[in-house]
Amino acid sequence: MSVLLAVKDLAAFYGPSRALQGVSFELVQGGITALLGANGAGKTTTLRAICGMVRTEGSILFEGRAVNGRATESIVRLGVAHVPEGRGTFTALSVEENLRVAAYTRRDRSAVRQDMDMVFAYFPRLKERLQQQAGTLSGGEQQMLAISRALMLRPRLMLLDEPSFGLAPLIVQEIFRIMRRINEETKVSLLLVEQNAALALDLADQAYVLETGRVVMSGDAASIKNNEQIRRSYLGY
Amino acid sequence: MDELLQQVASGLANGAIYALVALALVMIFVSTDHINFAQGEMAMFSTYLCWQLIQWGFSFWIALIVAAALSFLIGMTIERTILRPLRHASVLSIVVVFIGLLAIFHSMAGAIWSHTIKEFPSPFPKVSFAGSGYIGPHQIGMIAVTLILLSALFAFFRFTPLGLAMRAAAQNPISARLAGVRVDWMLALGWGLAAAIGAVAGVMVAPAVYLEPNMMAGILLYGFAGALVGGISSPGGAVAGGFIVGVLENLVAFIGNQIERHAGVYIIGNGEKLTVALIIVITVLTLKPSGLFGRITVRRV
Repeated sequence: MSVLLAVKDLAAFYGPSRALQGVSFELVQGGITALLGANGAGKTTTLRAICGMVRTEGSILFEGRAVNGRATESIVRLGVAHVPEGRGTFTALSVEENLRVAAYTRRDRSAVRQDMDMVFAYFPRLKERLQQQAGTLSGGEQQMLAISRALMLRPRLMLLDEPSFGLAPLIVQEIFRIMRRINEETKVSLLLVEQNAALALDLADQAYVLETGRVVMSGDAASIKNNEQIRRSYLGY
Repeated sequence: MDELLQQVASGLANGAIYALVALALVMIFVSTDHINFAQGEMAMFSTYLCWQLIQWGFSFWIALIVAAALSFLIGMTIERTILRPLRHASVLSIVVVFIGLLAIFHSMAGAIWSHTIKEFPSPFPKVSFAGSGYIGPHQIGMIAVTLILLSALFAFFRFTPLGLAMRAAAQNPISARLAGVRVDWMLALGWGLAAAIGAVAGVMVAPAVYLEPNMMAGILLYGFAGALVGGISSPGGAVAGGFIVGVLENLVAFIGNQIERHAGVYIIGNGEKLTVALIIVITVLTLKPSGLFGRITVRRV
């Protein structure tokens, strides 16, 4: 399988302080990769770095093209969708407008309509709330909306930052089930950041474990899940 | 009674202009959280541009459209070249920049076109009609142009993808970038639109107040009052606020005149109209900072 994203010696900076110490990893096309680690390990920063939201050093190749140093909106237009921490809802816009903004860069109108229908097939609840102000949605619904906005970009890579954050377990299960379907049906690759390592390892096929801005462990999800030592020392369960 | 109707009608006409200025202010405020103090002087400069074009032989409406288009470019250029590099600057530095812009436009207009008062032609025919005792043709034209412009803007923001992208960028720039929207350009576009709206306001009010470098100083205050009354974060509210302030100032002057006529004491009159606007500003800021129609975004946490 071919490499979709190759990150090498990635460092990231918030002002003068360095948040990543040379992270390297690769994502294969069509896969689900989990990025695990404790608070402050650099998971969110890694996602932000890929999207050009922080200053970086090192190399990020998406489909063989260097994307570091580019503006966020240009990276997005190449096919990288980012479902941000906190969901990034346009709270004063309606659900429908949220989805239409996400399709703003696309000119293929009929395909946009198809994707809209696809999104509603995954998340029927959004269709029911189409004209509702998005800020009034529940947390779970806003997460569904955030994933849907990302899908409307028709991305080849989707970055998900803590999609389970603050949600009831049942909703989380539902969302993770749908994410698997999305991966299987649309062939979009997922890079998933999660605190909830057990959940993420169930979904993912590859995993990387970060600690203080470095990759300390990598391998296929099943073997990391079954390695009690890794679980105890890095994943805390 | 006639006098009252007349005052309300001319209040609505003035209110139309305040509404446009208020809208221009809000347009920049919602996307940058800044009040552009130079908005009035920019509108004045645009009005001079229009006047110049008319002097060169263009018809009124062509001159207005060209002047608005030039103002749009000037607004975009200011955002791109002056405010863009200052995007992380403190509020105080930005305020100083706005005051600097105000002074620059003021003295540039004076230097190019001199400080003498010029007459500005009205595009509307001087005809008399039923009710022309209450409201003149130019005042009706002012209201009509305002309403047309407002409807066009409403349609633009409500129904076009670009308008939606601008609203999204104003509301949540990070999410807008993640949707591929070029937020920087949306801000510049907002500046351009604000400048063009100001141009229309200036050109519409010029036949009534005459053309000179100070023409917009008071009007900016009224527009600011309108924006605050309606809610500085709500475009629709700002428009309503503009009309409310226009009518209110005339009513206050009207009541003052009545009191003087019947009781013989002068309390308030035409001379205090600007004071009324300032009192409105202060009252709103103290009692209801979000304005009458200011939206408090619903958010579930």
